[in-house]
Amino acid sequence: MTEMKYEVPTSLDDAVALLADGKGNAKVLAGGTDVLVQMHMDLIEPDLIVDIKNISELRQITKEKDGYRFGAAVSGVELMDHEDFCQTWPGIMDGVSLIGSLQVKGRASVGGNVCNASPAADSVPAMIAAGATATIVGPKGKRDIPVEEIATGPGQTSLEDGEIVVSFFLPNSAPGTGGAYQRFTPRTEMDIAVVGVGISLTLGDDGVCSSAKVALGAVAATALIAEAAAAALVGTKVDKAALDNLAAAASAACKPIDDKRGTKEYRIKVAGVLARRVALIALERALGGKE
Amino acid sequence: MGMKPSPFGTQIPYEEKELKVVGSNPEARPDAVDKVTGKARYAADINLPGQLTGKVLRSPHAHARIKSIDASEAEKLKGVKAVICRDDLPDMPVMHAAAGEIMVNFRDVTRTIMAREKALFDGHPVAAVAATSESIAKAALKLIKVEYEVLPHVIDVVDAMKPDAPLLHEDQITKGVEPTPEKPSNIAAQMVSKLGDIEEGFEQADLVVEREFNTKAAHQGYIEPHASLAIYTEGGNAEVWTSTQGHFLIRAQIAEILEMDISRVKVTPAELGGGFGGKNMIYLEPLAIVLSKKSGRPVKMVMTRDEVFRASGPTSGTNIIIKIGITKGGKITAAQAILNYQSGCFPGSSLPLCTPTAFTRYDIANVLVIGNDVTCNRPKVTAYRSPGAPMIAFGVETVMDEIAEELNIDRLEIRLMNAAKEGTQTHFGPKLGPIGFIETLEAAKAHNHMKEKLGPNQGRGIATGFWNTLGMETSATLNVNQDGTASLIYGTVDVAGGMRTAYSQIVAEELGIPFKKVRAIQSDTSSLGFNFTTAGSRGTAAGGMAAVKASRDAITRMCEVAARIWEVELDQVVWEDGHARPASSNVGEFEPLSLAEIAMKAGFYGGTIAGHAEINVTGGGPGFGTHLVDVEVDRETGAVKLLRYTIIQDAGKAVFPEYVKAQFHGAAVQGIGLALNEEYIYDENGVMANPGFLDYRMPVASDIPVIDTQIVEVPNPNHPYGIRGVGEVPIIPPLAAISNAIYDAVGIRMRDHPMSPPKVLAALDEAAPATAAE
Repeated sequence: MTEMKYEVPTSLDDAVALLADGKGNAKVLAGGTDVLVQMHMDLIEPDLIVDIKNISELRQITKEKDGYRFGAAVSGVELMDHEDFCQTWPGIMDGVSLIGSLQVKGRASVGGNVCNASPAADSVPAMIAAGATATIVGPKGKRDIPVEEIATGPGQTSLEDGEIVVSFFLPNSAPGTGGAYQRFTPRTEMDIAVVGVGISLTLGDDGVCSSAKVALGAVAATALIAEAAAAALVGTKVDKAALDNLAAAASAACKPIDDKRGTKEYRIKVAGVLARRVALIALERALGGKE
Repeated sequence: MGMKPSPFGTQIPYEEKELKVVGSNPEARPDAVDKVTGKARYAADINLPGQLTGKVLRSPHAHARIKSIDASEAEKLKGVKAVICRDDLPDMPVMHAAAGEIMVNFRDVTRTIMAREKALFDGHPVAAVAATSESIAKAALKLIKVEYEVLPHVIDVVDAMKPDAPLLHEDQITKGVEPTPEKPSNIAAQMVSKLGDIEEGFEQADLVVEREFNTKAAHQGYIEPHASLAIYTEGGNAEVWTSTQGHFLIRAQIAEILEMDISRVKVTPAELGGGFGGKNMIYLEPLAIVLSKKSGRPVKMVMTRDEVFRASGPTSGTNIIIKIGITKGGKITAAQAILNYQSGCFPGSSLPLCTPTAFTRYDIANVLVIGNDVTCNRPKVTAYRSPGAPMIAFGVETVMDEIAEELNIDRLEIRLMNAAKEGTQTHFGPKLGPIGFIETLEAAKAHNHMKEKLGPNQGRGIATGFWNTLGMETSATLNVNQDGTASLIYGTVDVAGGMRTAYSQIVAEELGIPFKKVRAIQSDTSSLGFNFTTAGSRGTAAGGMAAVKASRDAITRMCEVAARIWEVELDQVVWEDGHARPASSNVGEFEPLSLAEIAMKAGFYGGTIAGHAEINVTGGGPGFGTHLVDVEVDRETGAVKLLRYTIIQDAGKAVFPEYVKAQFHGAAVQGIGLALNEEYIYDENGVMANPGFLDYRMPVASDIPVIDTQIVEVPNPNHPYGIRGVGEVPIIPPLAAISNAIYDAVGIRMRDHPMSPPKVLAALDEAAPATAAE
């Protein structure tokens, strides 16, 4: 029998070295709400577990000049308890607060949610819509990439051996910006999104939408950026006609599959319904000067 | 239900009297603290020195011939102490017995716990190992080579009934059909229940409505997975600790399957983390014993959730056709049901149990119920809380609403106009005794729930349910201790419904001592005579009757002691209020003797005081209920939100009212889950796609609205405390009630279960294609 090793590095360099040595069969553990479950279900059998919770860079929430930065291993509850972050980024928190139960959020991190690479990850669409980037460190050094470039398919990421996501950066948004995320699940909670929609939109002084970004979850192999859906909002006052166009474009952008969680037709239709509802929440927040 | 009551059974007439303990809520639930502090011992918490971990290798195929099994590599792995497969279990002939509410055939039971000729479902056990650790056991499973010849499979009940369907059992000829069919089929048996003349009944009708319904298989969803610990000793005795609703039945099944004497097997039921009908069957127990016998060490086996879903009993998925005929005046003249039920990989669905419930809520002169028991490549179904009845009620109660609407009669009124009452002839045999069905309908009518205003896209649903109460063999011993306390040893497993509390209340009431002086303790199989499993809502009713009998037996013994002390005859002593007293002033001037005084002196005056009951209870009383539900439908997503729920049910007599309400709540929540999202989903290979709570969507707390309960009490005349079973009736109405509420809200009739958002949205789109574009 081979034994599984468990390491708890306290520095990024040590973590990177361990992961690089571990090659493909090493797993990063933060909250463990995906990794441990997958191990119990015999879906993965890692030789090495690298627990990154004791690396300080991964646990901090900091307000910088150009935006907010939070560590990849910061738990959902730590974000929920951070008043200023919550006030600044209500759309991001819409997603974070939907992950699992309160107990799960006490452990689960956004870094884990992103790197688990589920197309249905609740924190991802709003992060994409907000233009979030991820700082990644690996054997070859440090790089910053947009959040949407991490997941490449269900359970697959663009991270190379030895690379870990250290933190996420949310750039300050322009005045008059509002963001929101909603998902549809058959149950009220403790469920996986059948469709998720994250929208960020910015209004000019005249109340006309000057820019927008729409991201859809659970309707393709990875979260999608729906450019036509965003374009349907730009130049409008987010009125009924714009919302109808948004809904149609969001539905048109979907490339879903039929599975145990929903049919193609259902996902396509509900993506449009949710896009409309989420845009209205984002609009309200934009008018209220939030995000 | 299903089994004929014994003519030698015990009934004790209901006696109206002033009650001190029964009928009020005790201060504390005796098992609560140990459960919430984690000290209660469930089967997985029990360990023996030197124990091994057992794991099961399961078929990845829905249907496959097993050509060979080679375990030699697994046996060589360090740490592996035993490997077993079909060759290690004796083959069994055809032999029928009752396992809870469902009949089993031992030829099939042995093939369910370990596949022999064929693997018949995804998850069917084909081998098992015992090793020094779980990881070694898992590694060993991967080394077992099984050669399969994959066969075509069939999952759906309608598909399985088609003449060209893949056959699970090539020699299976449908029973109950005249003339006997020549060709084999997946229809194992046809069952018919009838009353009057169905054709004449439909001729008398002014309106006949016939509708087809489909429901998916659903799991009981108990939180505790199956777990067993077993040791087989060189002396030839087996001892088992297991998660079960009926240790005596488990013992009997083990002894039969392993060809052992019953006296050689001892089974101790651990604290139960839910069963709901699913824990009346052996799965792991015989495997653990055989692994222990082979390895010489105790073996513990615990299923994963995936194994629980794939290989332990769900309830049947069904195809049901309901036809009801009614006069313009609202009198039902005929009712017919065709019930096509999945039985899983072997025959034996819940049809014999649920057929009697089909139309028994109503007084109908002409009834025909035809049931088809259909084998398909799924785990063998087991009982699930009022087995099979919620699906029939789904059909019947929605058709009742349709005819009410058509005739412009109020939905509650049409049910009242046809309601069964004392003297109603049932279609399954007996006439009904005193029942409280009309009382529940009247209470619903008067309930403030009916007055609540509904908004846009909101609707109200009504549905009713009926289930009988089982009696069967019941044993108990009441030991009166030297300090004046009493210990009731009961044989009817407390399936976490709190029966131990009810038994203690009944003993305290009978003996005339405080509730806290009585403790009810679960027996193992060696401390009492055979006791039937906790099924058919019998727990409190049957176990309670045994507690009465044992208490009264002990009282006689205590009166004997008093008679000896006073040197009078036994019939000159009476028991009142916890004391032996002279029957009259003629007997003599004696100070009453308390239970504690008698208990202390009993040793000298004849020996320790104990009372016994070894009876076959036949006094179970039918239970009826009416449910009300308000829903709101999201027209854009198809999501159904429950706003308010009310349960009104006849409990006969609520011994511990808070517990009765908890039974109402629990069963209704399971019914709500069944209605909204729960379903077995199979992929194209016949492999279960959602074997976990993430995708097998039972409701969470926030899915459930406030549930009001109202207990109606029409005493069961054949029970000393008037008790009726309460645990099963309340899971029957929710499917239909929610379906009726959805119609009331948005005008669509949901006849396919579950009423999940995609299905509701599709039905909405179908109903209004023109508006959908807008």
